Amino acid sequence: MKNNKTARSYLVNTLVIAAAFILFQVLTGLFGSEGDFKLVLVPSLWQCCYLILLAASLNLVLGFLGQLSLGHCGFMAIGAYTAALISLACERAGVFTDKAGLVYILIIFGCIIAAGLLAAVTGLLVGIPALRLKGDYLAIITLGFGMIIVNVINNLPFCGQDGLSQGSAAASLYKTGLGFGSKAKVTYLWIALVVTILCLTLMFMFVRSKYGRAIRAIKDDEIAASASGINVSSYKVLTFTYSAFFAGVAGALYACANSSLSTSSFAFTNAGILNSTFVVVMVVLGGMGSLTGSIVAAVIMFFVNYQIANGSWVAALPPFLNGVFKYPMLVYAVVLVIVIIFRPRGIFGTYEFSLTRLPEDVKKARARRAAAKAERKEAVSHG
Amino acid sequence: MLEIKDLNVFYGAIHAIKGISLSVGDGELVSLIGANGAGKTTTLHAISGLIPVASGSISLAGEDLRKVAPNKIISMGLAHVPEGRHVFARMTVEENLRMGAYVIRDQKLIAKNLDMVYAHFPRLKERRRQMAGTLSGGEQQMLATGRALMTDPKILLMDEPSMGLSPLLVKEIFSIIENLHKTGITILLVEQNAKMALAVADRAYVLETGQISMSGKAKDLAEDDRVRKAYLGA
Repeated sequence: MKNNKTARSYLVNTLVIAAAFILFQVLTGLFGSEGDFKLVLVPSLWQCCYLILLAASLNLVLGFLGQLSLGHCGFMAIGAYTAALISLACERAGVFTDKAGLVYILIIFGCIIAAGLLAAVTGLLVGIPALRLKGDYLAIITLGFGMIIVNVINNLPFCGQDGLSQGSAAASLYKTGLGFGSKAKVTYLWIALVVTILCLTLMFMFVRSKYGRAIRAIKDDEIAASASGINVSSYKVLTFTYSAFFAGVAGALYACANSSLSTSSFAFTNAGILNSTFVVVMVVLGGMGSLTGSIVAAVIMFFVNYQIANGSWVAALPPFLNGVFKYPMLVYAVVLVIVIIFRPRGIFGTYEFSLTRLPEDVKKARARRAAAKAERKEAVSHG
Repeated sequence: MLEIKDLNVFYGAIHAIKGISLSVGDGELVSLIGANGAGKTTTLHAISGLIPVASGSISLAGEDLRKVAPNKIISMGLAHVPEGRHVFARMTVEENLRMGAYVIRDQKLIAKNLDMVYAHFPRLKERRRQMAGTLSGGEQQMLATGRALMTDPKILLMDEPSMGLSPLLVKEIFSIIENLHKTGITILLVEQNAKMALAVADRAYVLETGQISMSGKAKDLAEDDRVRKAYLGA
């Protein structure tokens, strides 16, 4: 009975998303695929896809398990480089010559899966020792991991050659077969969407499963969890590994969507959109313990970031304010502080948005508001 | 049922448990009393595998517990109610209880054990949709105990169930312990409240700085002069 309901909910939500995608394709087909659509909307969708995956995967560790990890972009870097290197190897071996056809698409999917797997293996190796620590100590060790991985990639001989970057000198991804141009991004948009939806489904299944209940129990009380027969440390490592897998997949999407790859874009000191603090801001903004919240927050933060970087209104600001936006980190810090003060639970808290549950939730929210109103009225009438 | 021989536990260089031996028979309620820092909680943690044991043997119904991983011990029929009312504050009462049965796969068995726990603690049934964090101290202790009972254990280890409760609630908790005992559950009870612990127990051990200084029938110990002076304030 309950399982049927969950299955129906998955089905309905997926169908609606698929319908929205088809509608989107039809509309863009009707109104042409040049100009803003090709140059702005589609690249933005690609970027949103990997940000959503990044935020949702960190939410597993930060929101559901309750452990602060500051090295999440390190896993993304591993994913991005893995995908690029595999694709490069295939290109050199002549598995594909032109960027089209079934073989090419299979290789892209292969790259994405391999990226996730290698990131997961790294997550396992880092998680086993690191998750013995808690709180600040875990934050510092994962922060260190994020920095180390950047240096390791910089110094790997095969990452520095032929099309992949050495240090901050970015090099073209196009040669590797990834790094889609604006036309390929339009053609292969479905890959990003399918991968994102598939990964989100897997994450939803994880948090709703027996394992999901166990990690929420661990977040609440580790002693009580171990007294209930839950193997606390192995569940922690499992969640960390699972989360690293999706960060790796996000990295592979990044390698598809960008023209160049540079380790500095994953570094903790990176002032742009891809540093681990930014990911933490997305998770906190969306609500720790709500995957749908992470999706919404990733889109909002993408939009904020896009506006700061490209908005014409920023340039029109007086020089003093304009200067502030040269340091986006400052803006994100302010966003984080505002969220913590006014809505510490984030936008969604632990609420999960679902189309099948929507009517029910709206009814409940209305009832709550009516009750609060009645209470206020009563308080007024009692003076 | 539970047999401990020559147990030694170290915290770094500190010899916390110095070769204690104790046993709990089938269906018995045994109390372990002693002052702060005597090693009562440490003994329980050693039994459920939460801390490493230096030497000695711990066996449950003939099986060596030291060879079993802590998260598997619960499947062998030993449940631990930790000190200080650890409940999952952001889950409802019923979710807490279901977490207690985490190692059980059989849904029918879980439902049966849930009914059994609700029969012992009607108060929990009344509040089963309430968040555990909003329960009173006594109710949280009941919930922690109920959660441990969800696996229908052969033996229950209880760590300071009276801690931080009002005298009235302490009485209620102890009457619940007595009732559990009457239904045939074996209990090893660790308590600072020696008076109550000796009143409900069949047998008792007195723990002093990591060693067992006295043991015997609870009734005899309650009348022993040394115990009365040291623990019962008489």
